Amino acid sequence: MIDANALCKHFGSVEAVSHVSFSARDGQITGLLGPNGAGKSTCLRMLYGVLAPDSGSASIDGVDIRGETSAARAHLGVLPHAAGLYNNLTARENIEYFGSLHGIDRNRVHRRIADLAHVLDMETFMDRRVKGFSQGQRVKVALARALVHDPGNLILDEPTNGLDVMAIRNLREMLYALKAQGRCILFSSHIMQEVAALCDRVVIIGDGRVLADDTPEAIRERSGARTLEEAFLQILGDGAGIR
Amino acid sequence: MHALFTVFAKEFLENLRDRRTLVSALLFGPLFGPILFGAMVSRMLNQSVIESDEPLHLTLSGKEHAPGLVTYLESHGVTLAYKSLSESEARSAVRNGSMQVVVIVPAEYPARFSEALPAPVLLVADSADSQARKSTDRARQLLASYASGIAQLRLQARGVNPLLALPVAVNDIDVATPTGRAVVILGFMTYFILFAVLMGGLYLAIDSTAGERERGSLEALLSLPVPRASLVGGKLLATCAYMCISLSISLTAFVCVFRFVPLERLGMSANLGVGTALEFFGICLPFVPLGAALMIFVASFTRSYREAQTYLTSVLLVPTLPIAFASIYSLKTKSSLMFVPSLSQHLLMTSVLKDDALAPGDVLVSALSSLSLAALLVVLTARHWRRETMLG
Repeated sequence: MIDANALCKHFGSVEAVSHVSFSARDGQITGLLGPNGAGKSTCLRMLYGVLAPDSGSASIDGVDIRGETSAARAHLGVLPHAAGLYNNLTARENIEYFGSLHGIDRNRVHRRIADLAHVLDMETFMDRRVKGFSQGQRVKVALARALVHDPGNLILDEPTNGLDVMAIRNLREMLYALKAQGRCILFSSHIMQEVAALCDRVVIIGDGRVLADDTPEAIRERSGARTLEEAFLQILGDGAGIR
Repeated sequence: MHALFTVFAKEFLENLRDRRTLVSALLFGPLFGPILFGAMVSRMLNQSVIESDEPLHLTLSGKEHAPGLVTYLESHGVTLAYKSLSESEARSAVRNGSMQVVVIVPAEYPARFSEALPAPVLLVADSADSQARKSTDRARQLLASYASGIAQLRLQARGVNPLLALPVAVNDIDVATPTGRAVVILGFMTYFILFAVLMGGLYLAIDSTAGERERGSLEALLSLPVPRASLVGGKLLATCAYMCISLSISLTAFVCVFRFVPLERLGMSANLGVGTALEFFGICLPFVPLGAALMIFVASFTRSYREAQTYLTSVLLVPTLPIAFASIYSLKTKSSLMFVPSLSQHLLMTSVLKDDALAPGDVLVSALSSLSLAALLVVLTARHWRRETMLG
């Protein structure tokens, strides 16, 4: 369970996020939807604790995320917008590094990596250096790295960026599998079809504010639009003036 | 603590696999100094041997005016080339380098000489030409000793004791020991050693800070339940490890180079054996965390790999400043200077080379001042890593 409670954040004179509140529930995929520059990344960064909110709070399973060693971090996996890997390490070493930093003992990390390699279908390139990996392979490694400590919650910032159709399909299936395990998944996107296909719940953000928070179906019906995309454009128009 | 060692092990391994790091940290950095040194000292050695063996070459114009002088010079082993040159011709010949030293005896020389008035001799040379300076000095010396010989003869002929013209007898006593003379040259060596230390950690410091951000792996790292101080500490420790390796390679190379360069032939003796190398290692060890902390501190504030590279190459020059200052003002080892990092290491190493005993207090102050400055930088770096601006 991931909670945002009245999160506010400004950079200089720019109000990036303003009183954003929503919850992402366990066993559900929640999509954070908004145009570029709407404050999605800032919002997620506060939720995974690398930015401190000016006011409001972010919690994981009810535990506040703030503080370098907050217990909340142990229950959260993160796939940031820039999910860079260490090119001179193998996929396995990249994942082990994060497992070790989570304080998990070696044997458990090894077992966990074996599981992840199987689930994410990465056994063939597990012991190769990451340098030269395809974008799809990189996302798998980054995802395995985010899941190495078996967190109940997962935050992904635009995970499909730069992926081809096959890789997006793969990722979607992985997210379904994680959801089926009862995990709470929150991801951001600006691609409508992706959100419509994946999410149990959609939070639409425009200009740093929550404009809608409901199931995709309900959002579409309420706005009287035929598709989620039309509904999205309508809501953005109402909320922030026509751009 | 566990996280710190995890970070250390990963940074150490990752950089061990990076060819650029290895070349700069373990080849270029530590070997640059010793090789340059070996080459420089060998060249000096050859040159000084040539200079002392070679006869003095002079170009003489107007030999018909001063047969006595010509005989004197020839009897002192000077190879004379006779030419008829005006003063301006001689000037331009020396200036364009076709002649090194020209002695001109003007036409009025014989008349003034026979009247016992000062007879003019022109010595044309370029004092900015360090190659020719030795020849010029030797020529001047010979002319002066010819003149004083004539003066003594004149006094004797007038029944005056020539010693009257020598009211003071100056005896030069040169106290430069062979080792002391060597130290002037070997003073540069201490900088190359500190340079090797810094080069050893250069790329790791960049890669683990600005590089981490540029690759986009930083944000995931900062979302982990790990104190930022442990991240900084692990990266610092890995940088220190590479610096120590680079320092060891550099010292080993210096020991090898000085085994093959016969310094004694230059009238110098450098006691750079294994024992000295170990002492150097001990003296430089407190400088290692300081260098690492300084590099990581600077690199943490940069926005990109390229920017970090620009700033850190200037950091490489930082230890030269106190050393250059010391050479300009020829500072001697003093306890008050032991507070200045890099200068204190330079002075202590120079003392070891000179065979002077090290004061334990000086060694302690040098180590403590370097270490406390390092600690301050680590605290400031960790504080910066806690800031949001770290994300870039």
